[in-house]
Amino acid sequence: MSTLNLTAIANSNITALYKKELKAYFNSPIAYVVMSVFLLMAGWFFANDLFLGGKASLRTFFEVGRLIFVFFIPAITMRLLAEERQSGSLQLLVTYPISDMEIVIAKWLAGVTLLAATLLFTSIYWFTIFLLGNPDEGAVIGGYLGLMLMGSAGCALGLFASSLSRNQIVAFVFAFAVLFTLFILDSVIVFLPAGIAGVLEYLSLGYHLDNLSRGVLDSRDLLYFLSLTVLGLAFAADRLADRKE
Amino acid sequence: MISVENLRKRYDGTVAVDDISFEVQTGEVLGFLGPNGAGKTTTMKIMTCYMPPTSGDVIINGRSVLEDSMEIRKSLGYLPEDSPLYTFLPVLEYLQFVAEMRGLQPPIRGKRIREMIEVCGLGDVLSRDIRELSRGYRQRVGLAQALVHDPDLIILDEPTSGLDPNQIAEIRTLIREFGKEKTLILSTHILPEVTATCDRVIIINRGGIVADGSPEELVGRMQGSQRLQIGFAAGSFDVSTAVPVIEALPGVSSVESTGVEGGVALLSLETGKESDLRLDLYRLAAGNEWPLVELHLEQGTLEDIFRELTVGDESVRRTGPASEREG
Repeated sequence: MSTLNLTAIANSNITALYKKELKAYFNSPIAYVVMSVFLLMAGWFFANDLFLGGKASLRTFFEVGRLIFVFFIPAITMRLLAEERQSGSLQLLVTYPISDMEIVIAKWLAGVTLLAATLLFTSIYWFTIFLLGNPDEGAVIGGYLGLMLMGSAGCALGLFASSLSRNQIVAFVFAFAVLFTLFILDSVIVFLPAGIAGVLEYLSLGYHLDNLSRGVLDSRDLLYFLSLTVLGLAFAADRLADRKE
Repeated sequence: MISVENLRKRYDGTVAVDDISFEVQTGEVLGFLGPNGAGKTTTMKIMTCYMPPTSGDVIINGRSVLEDSMEIRKSLGYLPEDSPLYTFLPVLEYLQFVAEMRGLQPPIRGKRIREMIEVCGLGDVLSRDIRELSRGYRQRVGLAQALVHDPDLIILDEPTSGLDPNQIAEIRTLIREFGKEKTLILSTHILPEVTATCDRVIIINRGGIVADGSPEELVGRMQGSQRLQIGFAAGSFDVSTAVPVIEALPGVSSVESTGVEGGVALLSLETGKESDLRLDLYRLAAGNEWPLVELHLEQGTLEDIFRELTVGDESVRRTGPASEREG
């Protein structure tokens, strides 16, 4: 039923929907509010490190960035499908020549684009520390890559949450619960026996993000985020295909 | 050509559409008539590939909605009830979105959009957000949206609901215009809409088809009865003395006193379809010296048929013999 068709990304219907979603973000306060809040929080932690701690490093920014993403991603994905269901516009959208998977991919791309745009603004931190110090380039690239991969997986899971009901609050809470669980998993494993701990560690966001932020690019970490992304998109498309009313 | 074959749709527990079959010829304007919840919208949602049927199939130009939904969608324009458009977009950007979504490439895209703007009269509101538009304009944008890719088949769900009389007239004019060259299916629960726009009517009730034909045919097929209205000057005359006498006339199946209006006591008679009792009634009144001031044969209307077919016990009473009428 829901197969991921990568060649479909070139289709004009996906492009059309993608552009519509970006307009929905930028024609409304959502994008600006969410971006400002992210930059405000990230900026505070970055400046703290730089001016009070005297460290020309993005480490704290990347660590705090993850936590902010746990709130931030559900906030930008909650409307993607729930709003269409609530307003009734889904009735039209799904009768256009576009498959359910294509709809999901277009919306996911829009969410990821908003995250990327937000992270682009933080390049000023990156620029600053390169002027002031001698940071580990691998760690910076790995840190950004980690946030983007988390964004990709988070947007897919958030879309799935948004496909569950017409209520955006439900979508937010569900996506937040999933991301927060994945986020705290590696903090609870100290209480668990080694066997389970290993599995949970692999499932946790922190474990893979830590690997990446050390500047180590490992296929197992990539596979983790890719799997979450594909899983989220497939579930979302599957829920979208189930139309009752 | 469209062929709906034994269509059935079940939602958890309830049957919304129960074994519906009909055909629509190319170029026909078909009105789907029925009370709210009769299954009109569900049938349309299956035809537009919004959702699959529980069983049965819809074949549009040789393609099945079950197997070939993507191809069907390309040649189909749809406007759901209440025009759920993207209200945050300005009209022009919205039409551009739909045209792109429909796969129209420049320069045809721009040409079609311009045509739609002209046909639907949207020139004045192009840069306005859809949420700022009146319902009438919003409906026009909805029609433009359904037509931008020049589809063979147009499906409109309650296209005039919630509009004021002027807006209704405008939208109907547009619908008639499109109906000249396209196959068009529209649903409504407003009866004059059907007479005003459709070649053919399907009346649907509780998930099934209860009547199918042109508006004239249906009126002609009106089962069993016609209605006569007679009025007597109320003043000194007691209508109740006349009722049993009129009831005794051969051919009368029921007499009902419908009150006094402007000094005229009105009676409503139901008679057999073939018998015209006006002359008999006149003679009866003259013979008894009743002050007859009004005598009027009511033509059967679509409204009567609709009520007869969609209200269960009503139809039993009307079609039943005289002896079964309510005392």
